[in-house]
Amino acid sequence: MAYAIETQELTRLFKTKSKKGKKEIVKALDHANLKINEGELFGLLGPNGAGKTTLIKILSTLLLPTSGDAWVNGHSVKNEAHKIRKEINMVSGGETSGYGLLTVRENIWMFSQFYGIPSKIAKRRIDELLVTMDLSDKANAKVRTLSTGERQKMNLVRGFVTDPTTIFLDEPTLGLDVNVSRQIRSFIRSWVREQSNKTVLLTTHYMMEADELCDRVAIIDYGKILACDTPNNLKRTVGKDSTIRLEVSHMSQPKRFAQMQGIKNFSYSHDNERTTTTLNFIIEDEAVVSDIMSEIVKNSSKIYSLRKTEPTLEDVFVSLVGRGLK
Amino acid sequence: MAIKAGLKILKNSSWLGWQMESNWTDPFLFAIYSLVKPIAATLLIVVMYIVVTMGQVQGTFFSHMYIGNAFYMYVAQVLFGVSWVVHEDREHYRTLKYVYISPANIYIYLLGRGMTKIFLTTVSVIITIVFGVFVLNIPINVMTIDYPLLFISFILGILCIVGLGIALGGISLLTAKHGGRINEGVAGIFYLFCGVIFPISVLPNWCRSFSLYLPITYWLEAIRRAIFGITIDQATNFIPTSSVISILTVSTILFFILALNIFKIGDYFARKKGLIDMTTAY
Repeated sequence: MAYAIETQELTRLFKTKSKKGKKEIVKALDHANLKINEGELFGLLGPNGAGKTTLIKILSTLLLPTSGDAWVNGHSVKNEAHKIRKEINMVSGGETSGYGLLTVRENIWMFSQFYGIPSKIAKRRIDELLVTMDLSDKANAKVRTLSTGERQKMNLVRGFVTDPTTIFLDEPTLGLDVNVSRQIRSFIRSWVREQSNKTVLLTTHYMMEADELCDRVAIIDYGKILACDTPNNLKRTVGKDSTIRLEVSHMSQPKRFAQMQGIKNFSYSHDNERTTTTLNFIIEDEAVVSDIMSEIVKNSSKIYSLRKTEPTLEDVFVSLVGRGLK
Repeated sequence: MAIKAGLKILKNSSWLGWQMESNWTDPFLFAIYSLVKPIAATLLIVVMYIVVTMGQVQGTFFSHMYIGNAFYMYVAQVLFGVSWVVHEDREHYRTLKYVYISPANIYIYLLGRGMTKIFLTTVSVIITIVFGVFVLNIPINVMTIDYPLLFISFILGILCIVGLGIALGGISLLTAKHGGRINEGVAGIFYLFCGVIFPISVLPNWCRSFSLYLPITYWLEAIRRAIFGITIDQATNFIPTSSVISILTVSTILFFILALNIFKIGDYFARKKGLIDMTTAY
């Protein structure tokens, strides 16, 4: 069976310089193997620097792999880039690309012409997509006058106007407010559901986004694919264990919990504004909860809340790598 | 089909180039700017010439310099303009990666962006020449111009300059924003060695030999012959016009092929090193 996207032992190394000026090799992708079916909305979940963007760059023909190979719609990224480019598009989040002197409509139209889309069809699609993205009133505004969210919406229209067979969305909701993010997620979901032959590869470090949108999710860290399955199946892998979330007053050294017996995995985060610390535990036996409480009290911290939660993709990540996504 | 697609990309990238060049102000100010800029640049050279020659603004040498300087605008503007597109699209607009991953042929895209420069420079050259004829008495007789020679040499020269622009575009893919200085350096080499201001016969022997390998030398020689019928440069005036055109044709073809290959190599290494979407914030 031919896959929409397939990678085989895909590896990408970067040469960098350390703070001391020494040359270092960074493994952005480490023998990554993926098989993504046609019509799938596939998520790549991992923290910053995990290798998500590198993978998208290779698949979208911006970057060559160091070793291994990848195929998009059956074409090799190494020597059939020109064939791939006719069938793909890409949108990167958190950037301000676009020709500021052109209007939104002109920007999108111009890119559509690079894909050979007849002008009439392009104009119709642009109008439809601008309505869907709630950006119609900005159609004739110069790009330089747009807010970050509006630019991101414009870039999504630019990506979808060419009606690609496969689209790469690199953190498409990065830095956007809740409403805009929700709008974008809803659009992506309906786009891929309405057309059976379309494939979306979406990278994110928002576990909720991956959970809500994706048919399947691969978890990536330090360039390695650690797990790949449906969100539910992934969550089931930590399902037998209990996930306990505690909010306590600020703790200076929460790492010590990782050493406690009966704790399978542990992560924490500080909220400096509220001066609180959130502790996430994956535990095999709930009896350990009393030990945790005692330790917190011994530490003179106050307990604000305790919740037993359903496992999330972040819990999956924590159980795989032993630390949180952020 | 491929030609039609190529023409479409050429048309749209030219349109984009035109928007970038002209859309920054209102049309009236843009017209004034387009008129004043070439005249001001020319007057700078004219004033320097007057100072050096102690008041002379006539004679064959002045005409030689004036026309050389007018047509050199193409070298500076087009060569610099085509390669600057890479830096501008990559670092400022951050759109290069989206153009790059589209099916658009990147050479045609760069050519299209350069077309606007060619058009605007043509306007500047015409303004400069008209100013020269009517204000500085440059002896150009429209009835005696060799138009076929002017047309052929003009096209060949532009192709050569665009080719060089594409080559520098390939090099620009590998360099950060300050790599734009390479373009200035290359344009400076042509300014010095191609007989733009002074005849190459005044250069030392080794420089003259180098000049005779550069197609721009033959381009300016052919342009001067087409406009004035004669040329004052003793290093080239003994070469028959047919030979000048032949040398220009062959060197342009070779330069163009070389330029495309330089771009291809630059493209390969940029993709290998991950520089297509590099932003340096320099």
